[in-house]
Amino acid sequence: MNKFLTDTALPFCKGCGHSQVAQYTEKALQNLNYDPMDVVMVTDIGCHGIIDKSFTTHTVHGLHGRSVALGSGVSAGLNNPNKKVIVFIGDGGATIGMQHLIDAAHNGFNMTVLIHNNMLYGMTGGQPSEFTPFGFKTPTLPEGAKEAGYDICKLIAAAGASYVSRVMGIGDFSAQLTEAFSKKGFSLVEVMEICPSYGVKSNPGMKLSKLVEEAGLEIKVFADNKNSFYQTEIKENRKSLFSKEDAIPTKYENKLKKPLRFMLCGSAGEGTQVAAEFLLKAGMLSGLHATKKGSYPVTVGVGFSAAEIILSPDEILYTGSPNPDVVCVTSQDGLDYARNTIRNMSGGKLLIDSSLEIPETKAEVSAFPFREKVGIRNSSIYSIFYYLKNSELIPIDSLVDVFNESKISKKLDIAKMLDF
Amino acid sequence: MIVNKKESRLLHDGSKLIVESLVQSGADIFIGYPITPANLLYLYSHKRFPTFIAAPDEITTLQWMCGFATTGKIPVTATSFPGFALMLESVNMALMMELPMVVVLVQRLGPATGTATCGSQGDLALLNGGISGGFSLPTISISKMEDCWTMSNKALKMAVELRSPVILLTSKEEVMTQASFDIAGLPLLKPIKNNYYSGKAIYQPYKPGKNLVPEFLAVSNKNHQVRITASTHNQDGIIQGTTAAGMDNTKRLESKIINNLDKFTFYEYNKQEGAEKLLIAYGITAAASREAIKTLRENGEKVSLLIPKTLLPVPPIYIEIIEKYQKVVIAEENLGGQYRKILFGVYGNNKVKGVNGIAKLITPSEIMEEISR
Ligand SMILES: Cc1ncc(C[n+]2csc(CCOP(=O)(O)OP(=O)(O)O)c2C)c(N)n1
Ligand code: SF4
Repeated sequence: MNKFLTDTALPFCKGCGHSQVAQYTEKALQNLNYDPMDVVMVTDIGCHGIIDKSFTTHTVHGLHGRSVALGSGVSAGLNNPNKKVIVFIGDGGATIGMQHLIDAAHNGFNMTVLIHNNMLYGMTGGQPSEFTPFGFKTPTLPEGAKEAGYDICKLIAAAGASYVSRVMGIGDFSAQLTEAFSKKGFSLVEVMEICPSYGVKSNPGMKLSKLVEEAGLEIKVFADNKNSFYQTEIKENRKSLFSKEDAIPTKYENKLKKPLRFMLCGSAGEGTQVAAEFLLKAGMLSGLHATKKGSYPVTVGVGFSAAEIILSPDEILYTGSPNPDVVCVTSQDGLDYARNTIRNMSGGKLLIDSSLEIPETKAEVSAFPFREKVGIRNSSIYSIFYYLKNSELIPIDSLVDVFNESKISKKLDIAKMLDF
Repeated sequence: MIVNKKESRLLHDGSKLIVESLVQSGADIFIGYPITPANLLYLYSHKRFPTFIAAPDEITTLQWMCGFATTGKIPVTATSFPGFALMLESVNMALMMELPMVVVLVQRLGPATGTATCGSQGDLALLNGGISGGFSLPTISISKMEDCWTMSNKALKMAVELRSPVILLTSKEEVMTQASFDIAGLPLLKPIKNNYYSGKAIYQPYKPGKNLVPEFLAVSNKNHQVRITASTHNQDGIIQGTTAAGMDNTKRLESKIINNLDKFTFYEYNKQEGAEKLLIAYGITAAASREAIKTLRENGEKVSLLIPKTLLPVPPIYIEIIEKYQKVVIAEENLGGQYRKILFGVYGNNKVKGVNGIAKLITPSEIMEEISR
């Protein structure tokens, strides 16, 4: 028969329930005829966790409260239902890492979690956990817990586990562990225990069975309803993010002698970012280097939407543009956003929708009814056409190409964009 | 519209290059939790990685990554400070367990949630002290578009070859700004693989191998027991107190990184003959520095430029370079100068000046002003 525990003595205090969990785990694995090399024991931080050195299986020993998440990763990484991942955790670890339990049950990771519920933190000196039942005393809670502890079995059954049961940690419970280990998907067994060093001392004369009964914690199977489990999707040979179809070769000539720093300011939903990208691509078609930084509030659907674009005959090193050469404003939000920049302009151009008040600036101003002529949604793109048409630095044909290649060309007639 | 398909100029953002590079370098899985400004990395990873898993939070993210790593997979995530803060205990765990992984840390303006949509260079001090006990958390930074490709590859290589979590440090503008970029010149990448133990003798999971790095075996193997642990342990992976065997192993974790640092020292040193001034900048501020240097030299000023890419641990060559100069200016987008303090301490040095600020990119003119002063 395969041995799952080494011959050395288990590391727990005399009478500690943790010893039984280890011994019956071995027995259950033997019942199921497992090879120790097909088993991964994942252990938490707490008294129960120092058991890992006693197991002959693979062992992974991590952080306090995180063993269920760690075990989930091991399980999903193995991606093999013939392997057995078992997680040992205490009521303390289950308290701090509760979300991982719910999450693992919800996802159905192939694993079994054994909660060693001794109703307190053994390793750190007997402080209460959120599993401590009403009235139960610990060294730091001599007056007794004021609330009932969690019924973790109900919670995890509700979260979608395949199998959940609670057992008394007295007598042989290897049959229940065998049952749990044999299930596919996520299974959990809560073992009710007592910590002789802290629990017994603080609650003299207390009987575990009576305590569990009074706490309303039923000893039974809570869920045994499905055998589905998480499978890790592996998609080899996926398409590269670089697509030749996206290449933008040089097709036109430009007249730019130095970098052009362009700031486009409008409102969310008015095509500002699309317009900026159009300008970028038109610049690239015309042989220029190009960069674009977008700015918008975290709630992308409202408020301003702005873009800083640099087009340059030379490589662009610095992508900031504190002093733009051209600012193009198509909405009130955009104006509010750019007001300071516009005030600080010592030259250059300001294009602005005629519906807006013209702010104080030393830039040369042209006002044009972008919004009125093509509608609010297209005003930003239209303003780019207007700019290229008048500046002649980049051939407007480049922008026409970009427009025609885009989805917008299916809804909007290019003639409208070229009518000023 | 496309007249010549051979041309390879694309419109890119850094996120796309990073993800493509990591996948081509052999990363198997991206696990992540959304956070601005790392969301493009998440999005592209979803399209490109062989396996992508959405985690319910950042602690779970790192724990799942560690779990996958014990089975031989090479995991990646991307986050920003609020997420990274949650990951930190688990990053310590990965370092102690010696599990390879790359965490792309996209810096944004703090403290706390701060401003999600504003870039920053505010997390280096945290990375420098992030491992309890002062152990080195290897940190590689991106300082231009090409680096998104090459440094991502180097970070993954370092993670796998040294069996350590590696931080790939960047900032909002570097991963979100779109730019015309020619991919033709990018070097081809080969998948990087774990160095597997193939011996017959009993496997000791933490026995120092070549260059102090232990050979790897996954918990899926059927021939040898594998013990992986984040508690102080000996070569067998058995928990120890402060025994000699335990301390030898713990100290090896640091020597392993330091002894192999040469192989993973990446920087650009643009030296000008006769210059007595040195400008140092990394990450997003490197761009402004390159521009500042160009203009200064056009104006006849003599100045050299050092762009460290391996930020942590600090490669000794930087000190050798720094010693050659009378004046050193370090530009960073943070208050107080984090790399400056790592290099020169709080006490500072008369020849060292900082150019610092938050909430906007440091400009070339701010840098030029300090250098010319
Ligand atoms: C993040 C973190 N917080 C706190 C601790 C300290 N700590 C170690 S074990 C433990 C509680 C152990 O209790 P439990 O999980 O019930 O296991 P037991 O010792 O009772 O077996 C705590 C709080 C820690 N290791 N890590
Ligand atoms: S302190 Fe309590 S939980 Fe820990 S080993 Fe001793 S009896 Fe068990």
